[in-house]
Amino acid sequence: MDATNNGGRRDALKCMLWAGAGVLWTVAGGVPRGALLGSAQAAEGGHALRFVQISDSHIGFSKPTNMDTPGTLTAAIQAVKQDTQATMMIHTGDITHLSRADQFDTAAQIISGAGLTTHYVPGEHDLLEDNGSAFYARFTPGAATGWYSFDQQGVHFIGLNNVRDLKPGGMGSLGAEQLAWLKADLAGRPSSQPIVVFAHVPLWTVYAEWGWGTDDSEQALALLKRFGSVTVLNGHIHQIMQKVEGKVAFHAARSTAFPQPSPGDPAGPGPVKNVPPGKLRSLLGVTHVREVRGQHALAIADQVLA
Amino acid sequence: MTARTARALLAAALLLPHHLPAAPASSQAAVTIDNFSFKDPVITVTAGTTITWTNRDDIPHTVTADDGPPPTYRSHPLDTGDHFSRSFDKPGTYRYFCSLHPKMRGTVIVR
Repeated sequence: MDATNNGGRRDALKCMLWAGAGVLWTVAGGVPRGALLGSAQAAEGGHALRFVQISDSHIGFSKPTNMDTPGTLTAAIQAVKQDTQATMMIHTGDITHLSRADQFDTAAQIISGAGLTTHYVPGEHDLLEDNGSAFYARFTPGAATGWYSFDQQGVHFIGLNNVRDLKPGGMGSLGAEQLAWLKADLAGRPSSQPIVVFAHVPLWTVYAEWGWGTDDSEQALALLKRFGSVTVLNGHIHQIMQKVEGKVAFHAARSTAFPQPSPGDPAGPGPVKNVPPGKLRSLLGVTHVREVRGQHALAIADQVLA
Repeated sequence: MTARTARALLAAALLLPHHLPAAPASSQAAVTIDNFSFKDPVITVTAGTTITWTNRDDIPHTVTADDGPPPTYRSHPLDTGDHFSRSFDKPGTYRYFCSLHPKMRGTVIVR
């Protein structure tokens, strides 16, 4: 990236105020760069990998904020299908509202409509029955604890589970067993390999009072510190939030089901109740990510459903 | 409302207390779940009291003993309007939390 990007960070931060209005994010060497979708900047780069993140579909939720979560998930999948270059999809958890078999069925059926291989991590709403055994068997086959990794087109993807065995008074949690696994998974990998980490609860502390963070995320981030490009994708908070720390870019996605208030809002962390009629879909969305080959850069663009 | 209906309702209202089962006030207690918190977070009851939690949030919660792992009890996921009841028979201090939102904590003091 050229020197003009040094001034790009301030502009990028400005862009966050209207994130979701069609901003394509390019993260290079820890400096995010925002560009309007459809602009020359957004179109540049011979990208080798392009994928989509969806999150918090909450199938089974049916309250005045959104009486039709299958409908809004279907709209999200239709938006995904329009991105013909995407080669796979990530779902960052809370697929269902109550972990019921029929809710998992409905979600899986709608998501399969995208025709993309989809990688899941659990949200706390997916592990409500039998310690999550139904979720793990169906959505993380081969990973009975919900964490795993894979390589796709040179990028190393790591799915983490930070909603298991939550401790009283705590936030999200990875636990010693998972951290040991992560250390072994990263051992011997070249620091030049781009890394994408995805987990439900943010891996940075967005708002501790509401539990919007992960107690032992610092230990995971320490293991990732030597890598030149680390992108962390989360859900849980049902709103777009971004942060760059060193070479790590954090991004939290919108829900396809309902919005939640800004951190610290007196209304508390539950679903936003006073969404004006017809405005719901403008507060829901999907995230498109592409890797710009050879620049260690990931570009992130959020799209609203309406 | 006709005068006859009004008289009938009044009569029913006067009769009502006599038709309810006699329940000692001390044996039942209620805790509601509102806006991601237990109200009241600390409740003091006499031994033998049954406490009923009712979730009034749009988001499910659980009532889970803070004595694990594994906890001695954990409610099923309480959707909006769902209840969970448990009897506390021995004096002591019993802490609990929501296993989905562990920042939510409460205490039952049994005397």
